[in-house]
Amino acid sequence: MIYNLPPALLFAYAAVLAALGSALIALGTARVPGFKTLMFILLGLSGAAAVVAGLAALSAPAAAVAELPLGLPWLPWHLRLDALAGFFMLIIGLVVMAVSVYGPGYVRDFEHGQDSLLVLGVFTGLFVAAMLLVVLADDAFLFMISWELMSLSSYFLVAFQHEQAANRRAAFIYLLMAQIGALSILLGYAVLAGFGGGFAFDAMRATHLSPLWASIAFGLGFVGFGMKAGLVPMHAWLPEAHPAAPSHVSALMSGIMLKVAVYGFIRFTFDLLGSLQWQWGVAVLVVGSISALMGVLAALMQRDLKRLLAYSSVENIGIIFISLGLGLIFFATGHPLAGVLGLVAALYHSLNHALFKSLLFLGAGSILHATHERDLERMGGLLRRMPWTGLFFLSGCISISALPPFNGFVSEWLTFQTALQAWLLKGGVMRSLIPIAAAVLALTGALSAACFVRAYGIAFLGQARSRRVRRARPVSRGMRSAQGFLALLCLLCGIFPTTVLQWLNAVPQQLLGRGLNEATAHGWLWLTPIAPQTASYSAPIVLLALLLVWWFSASLLRRGKVREVRRCDPWGCGFSDGLPSPRMQYTATAFAQPFRRVFGLLFHVDERVEREEPGLRHQLQITDRAWGLFYEPVGRWVQAASRRVIRLQSGNIRVYLGWSLGTLLVLLWLIS
Amino acid sequence: MNTAAWWLVLLQALLFLLGAPLLVAWVRRVKARLQNRRGASLWQPYRDFYKLFAKETLVAHTASSVFRAAPYIVFGSTLLACMVVPLLALGLPSAAVADVIVLVGFLALGRFFLTLAGMDIGTAFGGMGASREMLVSALAEPAMLMAVFTLAMTAHSTNLASIAEHQLSTGLILRPSYLFALMGLVLVAIAETGRIPVDNPTTHLELTMIHEAMLLEYSGRHLALMEWAAQLKLMLYGVLIVNVFLPWGIATEFTPLALAVGLLAVVGKLIFLGLLLGVAETGLAKMRLFRAPQFLNLALLLALLGLLSHVILEGGA
Amino acid sequence: MNLTHLTLLEQAVFVLAALVLFLSFSLLAQARLLAGIHIFAWQGGVLALATGLIAATSDEPHLFISAALTFGLKALTIPWMLHRLVRRLELERHADPLQHPALVMMAGAALVIFSYWVVAPIEQLELAGIRNILSISLAVVLLGLLIMVTRRQAVTQVIGFMSMENGLFLAAVAATQGMPLVVELGIAFDVLVAAVLFGVFFLHISESIDSLNVDRLNRLSTREDDGA
Repeated sequence: MIYNLPPALLFAYAAVLAALGSALIALGTARVPGFKTLMFILLGLSGAAAVVAGLAALSAPAAAVAELPLGLPWLPWHLRLDALAGFFMLIIGLVVMAVSVYGPGYVRDFEHGQDSLLVLGVFTGLFVAAMLLVVLADDAFLFMISWELMSLSSYFLVAFQHEQAANRRAAFIYLLMAQIGALSILLGYAVLAGFGGGFAFDAMRATHLSPLWASIAFGLGFVGFGMKAGLVPMHAWLPEAHPAAPSHVSALMSGIMLKVAVYGFIRFTFDLLGSLQWQWGVAVLVVGSISALMGVLAALMQRDLKRLLAYSSVENIGIIFISLGLGLIFFATGHPLAGVLGLVAALYHSLNHALFKSLLFLGAGSILHATHERDLERMGGLLRRMPWTGLFFLSGCISISALPPFNGFVSEWLTFQTALQAWLLKGGVMRSLIPIAAAVLALTGALSAACFVRAYGIAFLGQARSRRVRRARPVSRGMRSAQGFLALLCLLCGIFPTTVLQWLNAVPQQLLGRGLNEATAHGWLWLTPIAPQTASYSAPIVLLALLLVWWFSASLLRRGKVREVRRCDPWGCGFSDGLPSPRMQYTATAFAQPFRRVFGLLFHVDERVEREEPGLRHQLQITDRAWGLFYEPVGRWVQAASRRVIRLQSGNIRVYLGWSLGTLLVLLWLIS
Repeated sequence: MNTAAWWLVLLQALLFLLGAPLLVAWVRRVKARLQNRRGASLWQPYRDFYKLFAKETLVAHTASSVFRAAPYIVFGSTLLACMVVPLLALGLPSAAVADVIVLVGFLALGRFFLTLAGMDIGTAFGGMGASREMLVSALAEPAMLMAVFTLAMTAHSTNLASIAEHQLSTGLILRPSYLFALMGLVLVAIAETGRIPVDNPTTHLELTMIHEAMLLEYSGRHLALMEWAAQLKLMLYGVLIVNVFLPWGIATEFTPLALAVGLLAVVGKLIFLGLLLGVAETGLAKMRLFRAPQFLNLALLLALLGLLSHVILEGGA
Repeated sequence: MNLTHLTLLEQAVFVLAALVLFLSFSLLAQARLLAGIHIFAWQGGVLALATGLIAATSDEPHLFISAALTFGLKALTIPWMLHRLVRRLELERHADPLQHPALVMMAGAALVIFSYWVVAPIEQLELAGIRNILSISLAVVLLGLLIMVTRRQAVTQVIGFMSMENGLFLAAVAATQGMPLVVELGIAFDVLVAAVLFGVFFLHISESIDSLNVDRLNRLSTREDDGA
């Protein structure tokens, strides 16, 4: 039977089983110390199998389907590995491989602590297996089971260090919002299933909904998947939960779980709903733009490195949804090429974000491991203490700031090219709104460059601002090589965009019936998404030119007896005391002060300077307006409603019996 | 791609390298004359570079490898950006390698490493310059992109050569969208190249520095490369403005006569632009930093009006 | 409709219409009173120039008179009167800054897009881009109203009101090649009389409540009570 399976599906099964095996082995880590390494090896194999499965699915001519006799008697588990699922399996696999190489060095910190490694190992394995099953699912039942398993196992991972109250609170908010999102998704599936013939996705694909019901289903799906992906205003759990989890789990959550939410949205909208309406695209575009801008501005205000990275994930998810919104608009108004370009840009950015965000989180984990510090204001000068981590973190920062020749630039370039196709549209309002959204995207790109200059400059450059950071030691080889692997992938995805697009082409081909063949039509050297006269970019030539110019200037201009460089003291305004003290450097808060001043309206900024002998005391508190505008009213409403419902509990047994009698009467009447 | 075209690309790069100091010297000359001084000779920047390349290079104890690598990266990315802009002729293969969004990306790469280098030493000057520079550039990006969009939506392309060709082929048309986009782009260029009223290129007082603050610790050949990169950036924006919005005179074929005409045309346009810049810098005063957002909002407003004029008045076609 | 099909003069009219819109935005953002009056004068001048160009391209000689009238009234007389008023009331150094300039500017841009959307379905005026200038004029009118809503000083409110009239004039000139001369003269004198009356009122208000901040106009009703 195994030999009849298509190879893609075979590797997919292997990936899921390996992840489950890793969870099982973790149960024994308390007794057998060697099991820890075995656990991570199995996790790594799971990742590798997922990568192979993804690549096989992307190159297969048609989707591979299977039915497993698990689940309900009348609803077995349907599995489907098509190009879309394969692409996301590839993303999951790459990050899981990196995390499994990183893990053994990192969890050494937890071995002698209060939290047991068993919990960490079991739930990490379950988490990865659940994500793979979500991507493979072809019916609503298996999808929801795996989705809930994914949320629950990540809850335990977020609550791993539960001694601290902040982590417990973060985990609670995370679970609450995950459940609300799951409920919304379930209702969306219910709408589709109610009008169709059942819970299998094939039945949902064949259903034709009226535009009103299709919009209702879209709204439910958008809210549910958007909540999991972290779109504003449903993002409040992200900056709480991602920093609370251990760093390699944060990499998994930020790198892949958010992408699984994106996968869910794409599957729900482009595949199951079928006939798209352009108003959906406008809603997605607007929400994406707001998320991108608010995410990056909030990231600029953070002192905690991991919180900064979490808010930056909100920004990048916003960018992905901007591309998706543009794709929806173009596809729904009858411009398939531009629509497909939007989808491809979103998928490319999903891959890129998974790679560089995981890299950045692993880097933050390395810093945490070496210095036990998360606060930017206490870091500094780490590049000289941890040179490899510094180099890889720099590649992550360059990628996330969308600078050539790394990968972040390619997906932003594709998004801008999609937005530029606005001239195809007929309505003038759309033709003005899309360039305005593109300008917002440009603003967020520049702000994210500012954010990561701040993060890298304060953490790695300059002088150390605290004793522990001054004494940091480089991390283990495993942790470094995991980061190096991801950094290399970032560079490769940036230099060879045509290769990535050739692999990616199967996704829109199977989903929308049309691939992006124009992009690679002129050879592997030229990326021409629409036509060569419209726009073209040659990443390999750019890299070659950059290297040539650098080599040229470095060799030509270092001549004569002044080749060597002399070391001296920095300019200290003429004071001869030697080096300026580290406290004289710019702090992270100071770096962000101009931005706080210009964009401060969007946040609740509470800044106070008081006289306190012997000097001054500066207090700064920045809160997200979403809490006050959105979450607190909802919380108050829920509490008011529950106070009213509590009146049902009168404590009198005859009242309760009366309720039972009434319900019985109503049910009997309904049956008759 | 024939080899003659690639040789022309190299010639363009060489012209940029040699012409940028001359343009800066011309602007300084105009300002000096307006201030009733004789001004330095037009060859002074070359003499300065000659001196700097021969001088010893000092690096602070606290500097890391980013500080030492940054001048090469900044210089390289700016030069690469220059190779993309049409200087003498259209139809060069470099325009196909990178379009205007990639050009913005190159400048952003240079700026990224410049600001990191500023933060590397561990003194307050560099951090301050870095913070201010990132603010100004973040606010200038949407304006620049909006202006570029207006151009691209008219010409249906982001390839700089195609945009210039479209302008040439349709003859002399007064487009309100182009006029507003031009005004917006001029303001963005002033902000990005660090000229008055956004930044003073000749100051060394910490209250007034943005670009100079990040270069404060550099010396010798590192400083020469950074200064050269700044001059290249000024010429880049100048050529972008004159050759994309007013491309008449640029060569459309690769004959020596057409190239000579193209060279004369761009030199004439740059002389005029330098004159305007000198007059503006002498007449205006430098704004305090928190007025810079207002300046850039004006640029964004102009670019937005350009876009809206394109959609409303030009039928979006 | 393509710009390439129009003559150079007609393209210039489009440019001037866009310039009128830009000046309306500048009025929206301008904090200083004197600078605001000068921008308003420029707007009148640009409008007169546009009228003259339309007169030249469409063979309607009475539009030249309109242009001269607009220039004399809106670019010279009314700004001079407002300037004199400001000096009488000693408001030269007063500034009327906006509370949230970014939000107001975004609202202005939204109004422009909205007026485009409102005018877009009008089919009959497709020729020669009249529909486009009509959306610009509607936008100028709406921006004038926005100026009146967001500003506190009475003088800037007058300027906002006058710029609304500028927008209406632009629409009339572009769509119907001007109004009948009698109607034009009547409107012109109405505007002049309004400016004179505004001047008189402002002097009285300023003497009564010692301020021209329109948020404090309700003091006029309580003046007797607190004996100020």
